Amino acid sequence: MKVIPGTSVTDPPCHGVSELQDFALRIRLGSLRAISAAGLGHVGGDFSVADILGVLFGGVLRLDPSRPDWPERDRFILSKGHAAASLYTALSLRGFLPEAELMTFAANDSRLGGHPNRQKTPGVETNTGPLGHGLPVAVGMATGAQLQGASWRTFVIVGDGEMQEGSNWEALMYAAHRGLASLTLIVDRNRLQQGASTEETNALDPLDQKLSAFGWDTHVVDGHDVQGLFDILAEPNHSSQPRAIVADTIKGKGVSFMEGLAAWHHKVPSAEQVDQAIVELTGVRS
Amino acid sequence: MSAGTAIPAERAAVFDCRVAFAETLIALAEEDERIVAVCNDSVGSSNLGGFREAFPERLINVGIAEQNMVGVAAGLANAGFVPFVSAASPFLTGRAMEQIKADIVYSGANVKLCGQSPGVSYGELGPTHHSIEDIAWMRALDDLPIVVPADPEQTREALHWAADYVGPVFLRIGRHKVRSVSGGQAPAFVPSRCNTLAAGTDVTLIANGTMVEVALDAARQLGAEGVSVRVLNMATVQPLDAEAVLDAARSTGGIVTIEEAVPRGGMGGAIAELLAERHPTRMRMLGTHQFAPTGDVAYLFDRFSLTCNGVAAAARELLSDS
Ligand SMILES: Cc1ncc(C[n+]2csc(CCOP(=O)(O)OP(=O)(O)O)c2C)c(N)n1
Ligand SMILES: [Mg+2]
Repeated sequence: MKVIPGTSVTDPPCHGVSELQDFALRIRLGSLRAISAAGLGHVGGDFSVADILGVLFGGVLRLDPSRPDWPERDRFILSKGHAAASLYTALSLRGFLPEAELMTFAANDSRLGGHPNRQKTPGVETNTGPLGHGLPVAVGMATGAQLQGASWRTFVIVGDGEMQEGSNWEALMYAAHRGLASLTLIVDRNRLQQGASTEETNALDPLDQKLSAFGWDTHVVDGHDVQGLFDILAEPNHSSQPRAIVADTIKGKGVSFMEGLAAWHHKVPSAEQVDQAIVELTGVRS
Repeated sequence: MSAGTAIPAERAAVFDCRVAFAETLIALAEEDERIVAVCNDSVGSSNLGGFREAFPERLINVGIAEQNMVGVAAGLANAGFVPFVSAASPFLTGRAMEQIKADIVYSGANVKLCGQSPGVSYGELGPTHHSIEDIAWMRALDDLPIVVPADPEQTREALHWAADYVGPVFLRIGRHKVRSVSGGQAPAFVPSRCNTLAAGTDVTLIANGTMVEVALDAARQLGAEGVSVRVLNMATVQPLDAEAVLDAARSTGGIVTIEEAVPRGGMGGAIAELLAERHPTRMRMLGTHQFAPTGDVAYLFDRFSLTCNGVAAAARELLSDS
């Protein structure tokens, strides 16, 4: 993706909806190929979160791939660490990893393990995989920014099933208590967890009202509407409340035979299914 | 899979302890209506689909909320039920550690904690999903019985024992398919006692869980070199079979412990603690010592010398130092 003259290396690369959509498409294709090569992964959750990741990495986050620890960078945590393949792809699209390395996903001795490891992968801020860890860490980051009077922002994506973890609600309470306006929580509301729907398992609805009651400035958006996502994610928060976005998504979004099925939580597509998925995603036969 | 990996090519029949776990739990629940299963969105990974079909109301799936899961189990025990909590071991023991300590063990609640897919069985999913610390964590809890069955027979018998025993128990249910190692021995599982699988005199291999078959293979390799090897299957880590360990220390030239866990605080640690006080003995402690690199299970076993060759080499080293 080209850098527009006059912009800084830390600026996100995409301009306009079609570039963001293309970025998100590349995330889906990259994670699909990585999962297919590895023979494992979580394609359903990769595809539900791809447009959100696309907008963040393509259009919002200020990052410097040559200095992953640049102190002024925006912070991003993929709390649902099982969607690691999509995060690695987003990081590679921003220049943190060579694209070819994506094909080593989950391979022996790879830097790109089944869950993200900040001690191995540049651009990863904290290790995730056990659900319910990302939001408390994000609250700590935003508290740090608040103490420093810094202008960088913190974004964290949490799975909806993951919201059943009590640690999240402890963190929600404290973030509101501190008025962490630089913090944005995005819930990937695909309505499925590992074994079944969230509402059959341990119901979350009305999630937006719960978040509001916990003191968050809460928005419900279509998690596949790139323009809508960009509008809310790029907009600075001048309120005194942390911002929560309930992003309505579809697990397996973009591939007809995966959409909305719990089985695709961690099922691995066959070679023919990969071809079929690429056709559906790109509209082009490979 | 590379050479010398944990899964021998000539492996005859292999069995799944998770299937034995699921079948036995259903059989127990048929006999005893107090038995309930408690889980964390882990119906699939804990093989509880059959239980759910048989007893839909007795499967309590609290969702992705392990601390709540263990607290709820304690409450169910208080109400007269016998809860079998079944969840991936890293999240059961790690996330709900204090609930296990205060609500289950310290409160003496009659809850059976079943840690599924322990050790490095989640392979490529990495150290967050590996459960190598669970034995050390559980061992620190006052007198909590800890059982690591090596094969389906032991799994079945250990589950029956746990259901009869009144009080908390931690059972660690392996995920990989294993050979039957207690074939012929009846009973296959005796609480607080190890099984002597080979009665040698030069060196002792003490293993449990998935590592018992590896120890047996290593004993065969060493036996072909004329080394007389004792093999103990230490299915119960707590309380430890002190008599068998002390006898091995006194009558063989050293002890190699092999476990799919961190030996610090694990079975190796338990044996070392006992021997330090009662009969200092030279040891090698094999296990998954560190956070693993990315890799499949066979690769990780190889990396940590948890293979026939790795165990045999440790035993030879021990003998040559003497
Ligand atoms: C503490 C913890 N418990 C259980 C798991 C196993 N697990 C991995 S993914 C998953 C389901 C997650 O569902 P959700 O948060 O809705 O994610 P998504 O639908 O986006 O994949 C579960 C239960 C885990 N990783 N961590
Ligand atoms: Mg979900």
